Order: sequence, then structure tokens, then C-alpha cells
Amino acid sequence: MATYSTNQFKSGLKLLLDGEPYSIVENEFVKPGKGQAFNRVKVRNLKTGKVIDRTFKSGESVEAADVMETEMQYLYNDGEFYYFMAPETFEQHAAPEAAVGDNGKWLKEQDTCNVTLYNGEPLSVEPPPHVTLAVSQTDPGMKGDTSSGGSKPATLETGAVVQVPLFIQEGEILKVDTRSGEYVSRAKD
Amino acid sequence: MVAGADWRPSASLQALRQRAGWRARLRRFFDQRGVIEVDTPLLAATGVTDPAIDCLQESASGYWLQSSPEYAMKRLIAAGLGDCYQITPAFRAGELGRWHNPEFTLLEWYRLGYSADDLMDELTALTDCLLGPAPIRRYTYQAAFEAAGLPDPLTASIDQLTAAARTRPAACPLPSGTDHRVLLDWLFSQVVAPQLPVRCFVTHYPADQAVLARLDPADSRLAERFELFIGGVEMANGFRELTDARALRERFEADQAVRRARGQPVMAIDERLLAAMTAGMPDCAGVAVGLDRMFARAAGAESIAEVIAFPWTRA
Repeated sequence: MATYSTNQFKSGLKLLLDGEPYSIVENEFVKPGKGQAFNRVKVRNLKTGKVIDRTFKSGESVEAADVMETEMQYLYNDGEFYYFMAPETFEQHAAPEAAVGDNGKWLKEQDTCNVTLYNGEPLSVEPPPHVTLAVSQTDPGMKGDTSSGGSKPATLETGAVVQVPLFIQEGEILKVDTRSGEYVSRAKD
Repeated sequence: MVAGADWRPSASLQALRQRAGWRARLRRFFDQRGVIEVDTPLLAATGVTDPAIDCLQESASGYWLQSSPEYAMKRLIAAGLGDCYQITPAFRAGELGRWHNPEFTLLEWYRLGYSADDLMDELTALTDCLLGPAPIRRYTYQAAFEAAGLPDPLTASIDQLTAAARTRPAACPLPSGTDHRVLLDWLFSQVVAPQLPVRCFVTHYPADQAVLARLDPADSRLAERFELFIGGVEMANGFRELTDARALRERFEADQAVRRARGQPVMAIDERLLAAMTAGMPDCAGVAVGLDRMFARAAGAESIAEVIAFPWTRA
């Protein structure tokens, strides 16, 4: 089994602690000049998101978590699982609702997502930073109003609701930033 | 960081100019007090036996990059040079972090006939000179534990110390293989140091942490060793120096036994230092100051990389 020594510690490194996968958020080397050195780390539980502190004696080895970040194509949702495909192997992975969470609203078939695998199972799914989605419903805005800066809610084809300018109509294709959840522009096709 | 931009210093140019000013100020400080500046080798035939320090070795000669100018300066003192100071690079393998760089700058000085208290007074004056004046509280190691609500480090059992460690609010699980000494280091660095007053001396370390300090003639459980902490970070380590060659050899041999037991490389004993001490070393006190840390404090910086031109990752 793979292990990391504390001198390999850096943020982003994935560790297995008490049987749970963690990612190092912060690593601080602490050493009394005449004594035992420690690595004090903040780690984030990759399943729950909870951040905890741990101290290790410097030089200690810690088990690596079998966590891998890969890019996969989103295929479909069968109501229970979200299905993704590895582009090289065509292998399919089913991600439970919990792994996708709130990000489900940005997932459009064929889009490439960042899928984090833990022991080969999807642990979390990150949509592309920008997606282009069609407006499935929005109230008609005022004609010609392009400058007042007002906004209105629009429901997109994946179910996401974003605030859009008043001039946006149903059926239009929009570019949206998934990190902020904000409308960016009309998509040019 | 932009790729390729790491040719630039990590410290601001302003910090580097300040650094030159602080060094000049230190030289004036010692000049005014009649303490002379010395140079000792960076590469030496022996390293140190201290199990807490891993020396770097120069592969062609087999010589060791010095981890502190201490031994060589003591040889100068035994030779009769008198009060002296040195500002020098020093090297310790594997020490890398916010307050550590494998190559760092030490200020070390020795005063003949000084007690630990006298030297703490002088270090206070030097700290005032670099950081501006402020009072420095003095706690014994024992009192610092007590102030942090921990058991007496001199008498508590491993079980009592472990129990105290487990109930700390910030408690991280204790590292594995925790023996008495590691527990004290853990409690000190995780619980005691962060709660110390902004500027503070910790004095009278337990005898098993004496390193090269004389044991307290009034209580042999204690060593005449002190450390300066600023903002919870260790800045300086000082001793009323051990001058007994036989006792020093015993400590070196004990270090070697610890190294052997832990599977660390066993370092040769510096026989030249022992010979100097056998010839006779005057009663003195000495202290080493982590200058990069001190300069970081003076600059209001949060890491030594802000006052070092090219730290390890850019060196």
C-alpha cells in the first residue's frame, strides 16, 4: 500500500486517516530547536467536507488514500445514479446522488466533468467551470430593454435557475459560470 | 506564481534593504559592548550528535555543513579569545516550513563570566534594539506548563501527560510512539508556546533537555538553559555553558545511544571540542538567535520567506 512521509506533505495530498479519505489543506512544520519535530496539518474529509487538525511526528509515514482525479464525460441520470464514462477506457462509473450533490443542476450530457474517484468509486463530481445551457422557461422581459440592468430568474434545461438580464428569451442558449452560478453571456453558436 | 517567475526574491526589496540595516545595527550593538566578531568554518570534519538535528554532508570531502557555530566558537573561547559573536549561515537537513529553512542565519554570542540572567538581560537589550522596546516576561519551563493548565512536567507520569494532551480543546490525536520526551515537546509546541506572552523567556528546562547547558547547582533536575519566544515562535536558545569535558562526553555518548536506538546515523564526537574543554574553558554563557525569524518579527512578516532573498524552493 502506498504511503507518504511527512516530508512529502503539501496541500492537496490525499491521506487515509481512520479509514476515511482526507485532503491536506495546510501543512505546518513545527520543531523545537532541540526537540522532536512535528507536522501539524489541517485536513478536509473528502466525504463530509469537514476540516480537522492532526499532528504527526516528522518522518512518520501515513497511508495514502486511493483517490484519483479524472476527467469523464457525463452520460445520463437514471433517477438514482449519475453515469460517467472514462474517455480512454470507455469504462462507466455510477455516481450516487451524494457524490454529485448540488452540482447535478449543471450536468449536461456529453459535458466533461472532473470526477474524483476513491477506491475506484466516484466520490465527488465537479462540473466544467463554464457550461452552455438552453433556457427552458423564463417570463417575457420588456422588449428593447437592454440597458436598465434589471434581471429575472430563468430555468435552464438541466433545472438550474439563474438570474438573467430582462432581454433573455425562452429557447436562447446561455453561457453560465458554474462556480458562481451566474449568467455570463449569450452563447455564440 | 507565474511559471518562471521564481528567479525573483521571495522577500520584497524593501525587506532586503531593512535586513541590511538590521545587520548593521547588530554589529554596532556588539561593537559598543566590546564583543568582537569572529568567523568559523562552515564545513567541519564532525557534525553534531544531537538526535534532534540532522546535519548536511558535503559529499566530496565528507565534511559536514555546520548546524551551529557553537563548537568552534567554544574552541576560540577556550583558546582565550574572550567575548565574541558571529553572524553566520547554518544548515539543518529537512527543516522546511513557515519558520524553517534548511539554510538559515544564526547570530551567536558568548559572554565570559555571565550568568543566564545576565545574558537574558543583554538579549532583551538586543531585542529592544531590533523590535523596539517591550517588557519580556520570564517563566520557568515548569511555570509555563502550569500557566497553560498542564501537569507539572518534572513530576507528571506519561499517563497524566497523555490524559492532559487528550483533553485540550485544540487536541489533535497524539502522534504514535509518544515517549515522555516527545509528549513534553508535543505539549510545549502545541499548547504551551501558543499561550505564552508576546515576548517571553522560558528558563530552567528539564535536565534531559539540557543539551550543552550546565545543570542548576541548586536543583539538578533543571538545566541553566533559556529560550526566547516572540509571538509563540522560538527565537533564541541560550545556556550557562557546561564547561566540564567529562560531563560533555557523557552527553555526547547518550546522544549516540539515542541515535543508535532510533536507527539514525550515529555521528562522530567532536574530539577537538572535548580537547578544548579539557584544556579549560572559562565560565561563560552563550546564546544563538534565529536571525531570519527575528527579522521576520521586525518586519511584521508571517514567514521567514518574506525576509530571505532566496529560500530553499528558489535557492
